[in-house]
Amino acid sequence: MSEALLSISDLSVSFRTDRGRVQAVDSVSLHVDAGETLAIVGESGSGKSVTALSILQLLGDNGSIDRGSIRFDGTNLIDLSPEGIRDIRGDRIAMIFQEPMSSLNPVLTIGKQVAEPVWLHRKMSWKDAYAQAGELLARVSIPDATARLNDYPHQFSGGMRQRVMIAMALACQPRLIIADEPTTALDVTVQAQILALLKELTREFDAALILITHDLGVVARYADRVSVMYAGRIVETAAALPLYKTPQHPYTQGLMASIPGLDGISGQRLKSIDGQPPDLAQLPAGCAFAPRCEHAHARCIQDSPSLDIVATDHLRACHGYD
Amino acid sequence: MSDTVPTTVTPLPALPPARSPLALFFVKLFRDKPLGAVGGVIFVIFLLAGVFADVLAPYGMNETNLAVRLQSPSVEFPMGTDHLGRDVWSRILIGGQISMLVGFLAAGLATIVSIVIGLVSGYFGGKVDMLIQRMVDAWMTFPDLVLLIVVISVVGPGIPQIVIVLGLLYGIAGSRIVRGSVISVQENMYVHAAQSIGARTVYILWYHILPNIMPVVIVLFTTRIGAVILAEAGLSFLGLGVPPPAPTWGSMLSGTGRTYMYLGPWLALAPGLCLTIVVYAINIFGDALRDLLDPRMRGSQ
Amino acid sequence: MQAYIIRRLLALVPTLLFTSIIVFGSMRLIPGDVIDLMLAQNDISTGQDRAKIEAALGLDQPIYIQYFDWAAGVIQGDFGRSLWKNTPVSQQLAERLPITFELGFLALLVALSVALPIGILSAMRQDTAADYIARSFSLLMLAIPAFWLGTLVMVFPSVWWRWSPALEYTPFFVDPIANLSHMIVPAVLLGLSISAVTMRMTRTMMLEVMRQDYIRTARAKGLTERLLVVRHALRNGLIPIVTLVGLQAPLLIGGTVILEQIFVVPGMGMMLLDAVSQRDYPVISGVFLVVGVAILLINLIVDLSYGLLDPKVRHQ
Repeated sequence: MSEALLSISDLSVSFRTDRGRVQAVDSVSLHVDAGETLAIVGESGSGKSVTALSILQLLGDNGSIDRGSIRFDGTNLIDLSPEGIRDIRGDRIAMIFQEPMSSLNPVLTIGKQVAEPVWLHRKMSWKDAYAQAGELLARVSIPDATARLNDYPHQFSGGMRQRVMIAMALACQPRLIIADEPTTALDVTVQAQILALLKELTREFDAALILITHDLGVVARYADRVSVMYAGRIVETAAALPLYKTPQHPYTQGLMASIPGLDGISGQRLKSIDGQPPDLAQLPAGCAFAPRCEHAHARCIQDSPSLDIVATDHLRACHGYD
Repeated sequence: MSDTVPTTVTPLPALPPARSPLALFFVKLFRDKPLGAVGGVIFVIFLLAGVFADVLAPYGMNETNLAVRLQSPSVEFPMGTDHLGRDVWSRILIGGQISMLVGFLAAGLATIVSIVIGLVSGYFGGKVDMLIQRMVDAWMTFPDLVLLIVVISVVGPGIPQIVIVLGLLYGIAGSRIVRGSVISVQENMYVHAAQSIGARTVYILWYHILPNIMPVVIVLFTTRIGAVILAEAGLSFLGLGVPPPAPTWGSMLSGTGRTYMYLGPWLALAPGLCLTIVVYAINIFGDALRDLLDPRMRGSQ
Repeated sequence: MQAYIIRRLLALVPTLLFTSIIVFGSMRLIPGDVIDLMLAQNDISTGQDRAKIEAALGLDQPIYIQYFDWAAGVIQGDFGRSLWKNTPVSQQLAERLPITFELGFLALLVALSVALPIGILSAMRQDTAADYIARSFSLLMLAIPAFWLGTLVMVFPSVWWRWSPALEYTPFFVDPIANLSHMIVPAVLLGLSISAVTMRMTRTMMLEVMRQDYIRTARAKGLTERLLVVRHALRNGLIPIVTLVGLQAPLLIGGTVILEQIFVVPGMGMMLLDAVSQRDYPVISGVFLVVGVAILLINLIVDLSYGLLDPKVRHQ
């Protein structure tokens, strides 16, 4: 088996807050192969965004990587110097954020912002970079691309802005694109378009894609493999189809069961998972999901389960139930 | 069949003995904001010195003794003497008393004025608010000092006039801050609830809104004291403050004294240093207070 | 953009109105016995009697007529005549205004060149030692009275080094060097005392900007911290900083009053103080009004420049 493009091992990230240290990510391990789409699924607070931000060291002053490694194309990104990680950002690994409204600089033209990665990493002249930006905008289906290079972000709609973000991400033809909930802030009708575009372009540019989302429908359509996160830990990782057909972890099972299906009987209550997501500042010693799990037993409360193989390419962190 | 989850109930930690909020506040102040606490302590020292100035001053404020004029600081005259042989230390103490008096009175008046205007403007909103805010805008266009000079030139100097003028000036300026706080408090449901049961306006203002804007008001009051003391000093420097023979710190630095400062440079130090220390102390105390009471206010000044 | 300008100008009108009412009203506070005082003081060769003074101040008319008369006069540039010198107030204003303007402008330059770099640096190195030092320094500057600094600068260099700042005014166009060497000391002092507030505000603005999402996006593209600040942060931070400069206008003008007094700069501040000691009310109200209007104009200019700097406003 060839080495994965990106390989995260035993990553742990914590934050300094008013209430003490919060463990946002705990012993997370996952990998992405070249050209494939990995979806990371979880509720708010599950640690999926933090994991993504850690890859490019964008955590901010409060966050710190406690341990683990993030290997990309043979190098451990955590060991890189600030210059080293800056070389990778935007060039070999690009990131798309959730809020297209606020993620673009309001006082700079779109052209400047889209041309910036190319100008920065390929040492092009602004003229050439601008020309490239125009092509990129056309590629993401923005009408009248060259003219719109001189427009400002507030002159674009939300969906268009996200297309701009995608163009920006693809500018240097990265090997890996990380998309952190790229469609959550958009209208439902636009969501499908953006995701289809993203998928098509990543295939065309032969880039791997990490798609972070809480929307299971999105995962089903676009992901090759899926990792499910809960309370900062990975609870299950599998290829998309097996995950949907035979989820192995009680949390994943609960998630799948709670999706309303078109073939459901009307009047039937939606199944939901009992309880609340845990407070990350006060995680229980054992399995984080135990308080809400209908299969929990004594061992679950004491020991935190580690990821084990339960089937081919199917991992699960659970002490089992029968 | 799965086992039922054994619910281990960890007993809640015993509630700490009830402590007054005031005691808790002081603990927090000294522990989290030591600089602010130091500022507060320094200010209190000055305040007490001012209150007990009459007792502490070895000489009268106008006790001239031409035999000892322009002496540099010594054991007998810790801050030296001025050109009329008056003990500077005693004058500083009495000056401090005046500063504290004017400071508290004017800041108190200013706070009351700010509350009244802020409440009316913020609570009633609409046209009343717009009108009042336009007037406040116009008022705040003028530099503090220019306004003060003009009004004092008309009504004449004297402690009551100065207190009222300073109080009104800073009261109107500060009303903006109170208004902002009233507006954000108003958003809360308990105000709507009170209104929906037909409570009278005055009742709502007094029992619901006022207590909740208290943190803002307290911080406002503390910061006004510093501003007022500086303003009064500026006025007396220009000869428009509390009139002689009152030994205000500002007048001690003014032109009449300045000629003698070349001969006795220590005369230039004491009043200015006292002003700086007092205002600095109360400013850092006010900052710390604001951080403790309502960190959201940061940057609003 | 045009709509924006028009709206700003319209918003100016009520404020202008209230400003003029404040000026007008302040003069009407003069208690009656002060007129007697003026009579006693200004017992100069013209031999004015009470009726004449009342007529000069327009006090013999109903109040709204007084206001309109006064306002009409002001719009045409007639600010009345000085009771002391019997010359038109507008003439004195025209002489003094540029001088105060020059002092204020120089002080603003000093303040900005100190406050902006320190404020930005302080924000970039938040919570480091440099930041705390800068913030403590600015808190200190807020507490030091400008007149004390001025006094110290006058007294101590003279005592220690036998050096005094120049105290004689030379118009700029007559001898720029002499003019600047006179103005530089008060300008620096005034600038320093203003810089405290400006520095704090700059710091707050920059921190706000650096917290924004688009900074994170730019960082994700691999920009160096320096490029981030220069290309992205500053452009956004500059907009509120311009407003901030406008907000300093009242502080600046208020400060010039004291510093003109200490350093004998014949500007509007000195004009005001002289008039106060002479109870020359037309002059007082003239200066008062000009100061108010000047600040309103500065605020207007600041608002309009917003329109130039912020693309969102430009395209409305």
